[in-house]
This record gives sequence, structure tokens and C-alpha cells, in this order.
Amino acid sequence: MTRLNAGIPEGPLAGKWTAYKSGCKLVNPSNKRKLDIIVIGTGLAGASAAASLGELGYKVKVFCYQDTPRRAHSIAAQGGINAAKNYPNDGDSAYRLFYDTIKGGDYRAREANVYRLAEVSNQIIDLCVAQGVPFARDYGGLLANRSFGGAQVSRTFYARGQTGQQLLLGAYSALSRQIAAGNVTLFNRRDVLDTVLVDGKARGIIARNLVTGEIERHAAHAVVLANGGYGNVFFLSTNAMGSNVTPAWSAYKKGAMFANPSFTQIHPTCIPVHGDAQSKLTLMSESLRNDGRIWVPARKKDVEKLRAQSIKPSDIPEGDRDYYLERRYPAFGNLVPRDVASRAAKERCDAGFGVGRTGVAVYLDFADAIKRKGHDTIDALYGNLFQMYEQIVAESPYETPMMIYPAVHYTMGGLWVDYNLMTTIPGLYAIGECNFSDHGANRLGASALMQGLADGYFVLPYTIGNYLAAEIHTPRFDTAAPEFTVAAEAVSDRLNQMKNSGGKESVDHFHRRLGKIMWEYCGMARNDAGLTEALYLITELRHEYSRGVRIPGALDEYNPELEKACRVADFIELGELMVRDAQQRKESCGGHFREEYQTSEGEALRNDEKFAFVAGWEYRGREVAAGLHREELQFNEIKLSQRSYK
Amino acid sequence: MKFTLKIWRQKNVTEKGEMVSYDVSDISPDSSFFEMLDTLNQQLIMTGGDPVSFDHDCREGICGTCSLYINGRPHGPVKGVTTCQLHMRSFTSGSTIQIEPWRAKAFPVISDLIVDRSAFDSIIQAGGYVSVNTGGVPDANTIPVPKERSDAAFDAASCIGCGACVAACSNAAAMLFIGAKVSHLSQLPQGKVEATKRVLKMVARMDELGFGNCSNTYACEAECPKGISVANIARMNRGFIGAKLFSEKEKIIKESL
Repeated sequence: MTRLNAGIPEGPLAGKWTAYKSGCKLVNPSNKRKLDIIVIGTGLAGASAAASLGELGYKVKVFCYQDTPRRAHSIAAQGGINAAKNYPNDGDSAYRLFYDTIKGGDYRAREANVYRLAEVSNQIIDLCVAQGVPFARDYGGLLANRSFGGAQVSRTFYARGQTGQQLLLGAYSALSRQIAAGNVTLFNRRDVLDTVLVDGKARGIIARNLVTGEIERHAAHAVVLANGGYGNVFFLSTNAMGSNVTPAWSAYKKGAMFANPSFTQIHPTCIPVHGDAQSKLTLMSESLRNDGRIWVPARKKDVEKLRAQSIKPSDIPEGDRDYYLERRYPAFGNLVPRDVASRAAKERCDAGFGVGRTGVAVYLDFADAIKRKGHDTIDALYGNLFQMYEQIVAESPYETPMMIYPAVHYTMGGLWVDYNLMTTIPGLYAIGECNFSDHGANRLGASALMQGLADGYFVLPYTIGNYLAAEIHTPRFDTAAPEFTVAAEAVSDRLNQMKNSGGKESVDHFHRRLGKIMWEYCGMARNDAGLTEALYLITELRHEYSRGVRIPGALDEYNPELEKACRVADFIELGELMVRDAQQRKESCGGHFREEYQTSEGEALRNDEKFAFVAGWEYRGREVAAGLHREELQFNEIKLSQRSYK
Repeated sequence: MKFTLKIWRQKNVTEKGEMVSYDVSDISPDSSFFEMLDTLNQQLIMTGGDPVSFDHDCREGICGTCSLYINGRPHGPVKGVTTCQLHMRSFTSGSTIQIEPWRAKAFPVISDLIVDRSAFDSIIQAGGYVSVNTGGVPDANTIPVPKERSDAAFDAASCIGCGACVAACSNAAAMLFIGAKVSHLSQLPQGKVEATKRVLKMVARMDELGFGNCSNTYACEAECPKGISVANIARMNRGFIGAKLFSEKEKIIKESL
């Protein structure tokens, strides 16, 4: 039984998108003015979509929880954005980018979507340059490229260590232009708390004005979710404090299927946790692995001395260091994909070789690179990252190795979408990190920015027209309709109930507990017994949470605790689904590592015969287990093989 | 570590605010300033108090959301960092820390330490963009841009829109913010095309929104967490005067025809 039809166009892989564009329905300009679209989120995907749809002439309403669209968390991406330009003449092509993305995702992504992504990647760079994005350039005045995250070609465009920021400012400027033109209306400081369906189609949303507390109803002919990833389910992650799953989760509960929720990316190079008051984790760009060497002491004796601070890392002679990535993966060394590098760090720390005060960290050492390339070159490449590190840790990476440890960074899972990027609810789209479609079980570096902008600038504007062409006779909706009233009242009831539940503990208390459960049992390594335990613990936590959480203040005022309370309620439910998903997937692939399924050398062991599918979960009620639907993945172009980075 | 905090409390835009004192203890020197405030808020929630509202999001110094005026300085005592990148090791245990919101007519207080900075969005909407649509643009390498130019544009583009420059200025001027955007775009061939119109429109909008005039004290540059240079203001002024003269000339020519 499956309801998951991806609707992939016929024909050869490389011609599918062209064929789709030639055949898809169009909406004429005078009709576009009569069609409303709601976009939720203003990161790369949301801002680029809202701007592009506004340019086409649709009437767009865009929502963000931040005070301005420019602050969405895409801004924090450091490393770069991939494109198959082949400017360096090193043999890159759309096919290679496609191939690397599928392989890097450990063969759990859909071929047709990924090929399209690779195909439109070049247009993104062209557009961003035209918008005034100051990408890095060579002395000849042309764009610079670098190799990133283990790619064997240099296809990554970058803007110092602030690529995400510069790309988002580009999209934000395009969005601002459309706001000024009156095509897009901005609703900032809003939390979107529910999706409204009329006759089975997505027709609007219920939002809370975070300043006044007012519950607002907004209607449209189509709704686009671009609300980002859900890494904050782990409490500690590199996501922004406000990043949340709520809009996507509300859609899930209204019938949109959630795909591969357990596919989480744990990024290998983050600053380790300092203590119990820690509120979030900071990423150090993956580009550091291009020059930094990762190691831990080879002898326990040295580990103890380091912890007692009786020796410095530089006192340990070369022969007593374990450059474990270079040892285990001689071909790729420190540049193995993120999931592999993260697990290897955990393995060393679990074995008792971790460094730092807590023993939960490894060294990322630049001493050799500084010797080889010189202080100035290293400074030009990584200066701002070194500064950032020093600011947080109070140690200079020029003098002593950085300490790093993996942290939750990105979620590959998300709402299930078809080739149109439409969820299982007609008229409801999901783009960017909040959908599941392009990264399989592991995302490659510099691909998130590419996907967000591909979806928003170059894919959705075509595919949404194909749907809206049939909606030109549908008049604008009245938000007094019963469907809106029911949804708005349900949101108000939920808030009231939460506010008045009179619990003893704060929202953060529950969130931290959820995070610990998820990190322990559904993090870098998972096993059946642990997942069963997690399911029990989360259910217990959910019941406790619903019995009462302490929320000060009132409903009709600025109330950050109330915002958090809604988000955490959804995270708890999502956590449960992630665990179920991890449990059913009896194989290891990409970021999903099941200890029962590994090779004799401790590498992830896929089971293509049984698990080459996308798991789509259907909501069936609060106390009922979600239903599993499978979308079998067809690999026509690529031969599945065991990833090897040795 | 322990601290006495004097914090501006204000329920909303209409009610009057006041400074209120709180004590916090058991703070790790490795905690960030916000983690210290988180501790205070947990304390307030558990004792039936009203937690302090403050703006924050990425907590890694790049989104520009955070906006605290600490001991009389935007983003506190450490140069070149945002509030979220400030750590308690930069303060002396036992000391008193004053925490206020940005103070500027164009940034009304929403709640406690949170101000409304949508005036900045409004300025960008007035012209802080290149008028290109998605699609139909030339290949990215068609126009070479000298590296020095591109780097200078980047320096200006690294503004995070936090508003520290406005908060630092005795006139609450937004010149550094606008200067940065104008410089970023006008130094690139892609943005140069509209440079004249852009600067006029952005400056006109700035005046409408109630920002003051440049105080020429350079406090904005000193307090900018991203080190945006006041040279950008000079570049904007040059562009502005040139544009004004140009538009006057145009008017005279038109009238004489």
C-alpha cells in the first residue's frame, strides 16, 4: 500500500526537467494578480521563493518569527555553495554533482530531484552575482572556487566564512524590492501555528503575532512551507534558538506525510559543550578540515596528563598521536564525509581517548599547515573562524590545537514532497531544509545553500504555476469561513490550556530532558534496545508535559516562554516519530548508524534490498502510532555501491 | 561568578519603564552573556517572577538579532563582537552590570530589552537592492571584478543590521548602516547602474523615519561588531552630493527644453 507517488516525468534523466518545464501549465499575468500565496520562513528557500513569486506577479504573504527576514538561520552557513560551473576546468559537470550528491547521501535520495538540483545549480551563481553577492574572486577578477567537504573537484563558491549571510542578504534584497513593489507583504514576528485546509486543499494558516499575542487568520490559494530544519529537537544544536518544526508539524497533523525523520546530520567540527548552562553549539566551518589535522593521543597515559593539565598538546610527540581519520581512511583522510568523521570522533572519545576538560573532544591541529603555508595564508583562509573560536574558548588556534566535537547541525528528513515539491496535501509545498528530498541520509557540505536557493528561485516558481493554473477561477478566500474559525479556536484553546496547566517546571527543563534522550539514543549511534527505551522515555515526557508546564506572563503580550512552549510540545511529538523511524530502518546509512548493522571494520552497512525506500509517516492521532508508507527508490542511472573512503 | 544586574523593564511600547535590580550567582566564566541571562530567567520563572525579554537568535554572532546596551556600550565592553559572543569572563565577579535596550527614536521599545528595528527594513526597501529578476542574467564570470573592489564591497556587505551604530550615535543616525549598503552595491559593476537613484532614495527614507544626522564622532565605527568603517559614510556622502547635483542638472535641462 502506498500513497506516495513522486510524479517523476518520463524520459531520460538529463531531459526530465526540461521536458517538465516545456509541458507544465502556465498562469497568465492578469490571473497571477488574482492568486495569493503564503510563504512561511524567510531563509534562503523562503526569501528566494517569495521574491521570485512576487516578481512573477502573484500576491505573496511572507511570514517569519524573526524581527526581519534577513536574520533567518541560513545566515549562519559559513563554507559555501556548490555549483557545477566547472570554472576550474577540473572535470566537473551536472552529472558529477548529481552523482556525488546521491552517493554522499548514501543512496537514499531520489535521482530525478537531485539531478534537477545539480542542473539548476549554475543559474543560482549567475543570479547571486547579478544581485551583488560579493563572492570571493581571484586576482584576474573572476570567481574563485574551492574544494569542500571531501569533493574531488573545486566546485564551491564562497564569500569568506560568511557565504550564507551574503546569499541571504541577496535574497533579502530581492524580497525587499518586491515588498516595496507591493507584490509581497511581510509579516514579521509571527509564529505559524496551524495549516488550514478547505475541501482537502491547503488554503491558509493560523499565525500568532508574537508582539500582541493576536491570533491571525490568513488565506491563500497555496501555502509554501520553508520553515527550515528541526535540529533543535536535540536542545543543543547549531541551529538558531528560535528554529522550530512547528509549521511543518502542524501540516503533518493535517495530513502531510513526514519523510525519513530520523535522518539527522551530526557535524564533526563544532566547539565542544562547556557545561550545564550551555544553550547552543557553534559550528566551525568544515573548510577547516582542508588544512587542519584531526588527532587524539594514542596513549591513555597522555590523555590523563592532558586532563590534569600537566602537559600541553604540543608536548606529545608525533609518534604518540593518533591521526585516526588518516589512519582509517588513507584515501580521504581528514576530508571524509561528515557522518564518517563524526562517528570516528565519537568512537575515539567513547574508547577513552577524548581530550579537553570533559574528555568529549578531539584536536583539530593547524601546526603543520601553518608551517607549510605560513601564518598569513592560514590567516587569510580561516582568520575569522580562528577569531570566533578564540572568542568562545579563550584559546588561540595559532598556538594550540582547536578542540572540536560533533554536534547536531542539519536534518535531511522533512515533509515528504513529490517532484513538484508538493506535500501529500494538495496546494501545500515544502522547500529547503524542511522537505526531505535531496540529501538522502547524509548531506554533503555546501549543498544546503544550493538546495534552498534552487527550490526557491528555480524550481517552485515553475511547479507552483502548474498547480495554480487550475485555481484561476477560485475566488479569494474569506477567513471567516468555518474551516478557519475551527482552526483558530483550536489554536487558542491549545495556548490557553498550556498557559493555565499550572506546571512546576519551565519549558527549558523539558526541552533539555528531551534533548538528552534524543542525543543518547537517537544521535550518532542507535540500537534497538536504546530506541525502545527512548520511546518509553519520550512518551512519559510527553504525558508529563501535557500535565503541566510553567509559563509566566499572559497570552496577549510578548511572551517568549509561550512561544517556546508551543515549539517544545511539537518537538516532543517529533522526537517520538524520529525514534520510530530509526527503529524501523534496520540498516545503517549515512547519518543513521544502527550498531547492529555495521561491517567488520565498523562502517555503515546498508541493506539496499529491503531499505532502498523513503519512509513516509502518516499522522493517525495523538495516542496512535503513525502509519508507515514507502516510496521505493528507483536507481536507473547510478549503480549502488558501498561508500568507501579508504 | 556572581553579579548584580540592573535591567531596563518595560511591559510594552506604551507603558513606562524603569531599571530593576537582580542578583545572579554560580555563573561559569565560560557562559555567554545570554546564558547568564537564561539563568536569571529560569530563576525568575521558578520564583513566580516575570522573565526578562531580550532579542537573540543565532547566538553565534552573525544574525544581528541581539541588541543589548551593556554598561553604556552597544554589545558591551569587548570590541568587535555582538552581545551573544560576549562571555562572562570579560566581567569581574561581584560587579554590577547595567543592561538597557537600544535607545533611538526610530527604534521604539517592544518589551524590556527588545526594540523594533523595522525602520532598517524600510530603508533597504527604499533601494538597497539591484533591480534584477530571477532568471535572464548573464553568466557569473561575464564581468570580471577586480579583487580589491570585490573585497572592499565585501567589507561593507558584512554589516549584520544589528543597529549598534544607531545606538552608539548621540544623534541616533543610521549613516553607517546606509553607508555600508550603498558602498557594498556601488562598488560592484552590478550595483553601479542604479547607484545614483539608490543613494537618494535610501537617504530620503532615512530622513522620513526619524534617524538623526551624522554626529561625526565615529562612535558607530568604534562600536560596530563587524568593524564597518566610517569611510563608507564618506563614500555615501560623495555619492549623495554627486547624485543631488546630477538630479538638479537634469531638472534644469528639462525645464530649459
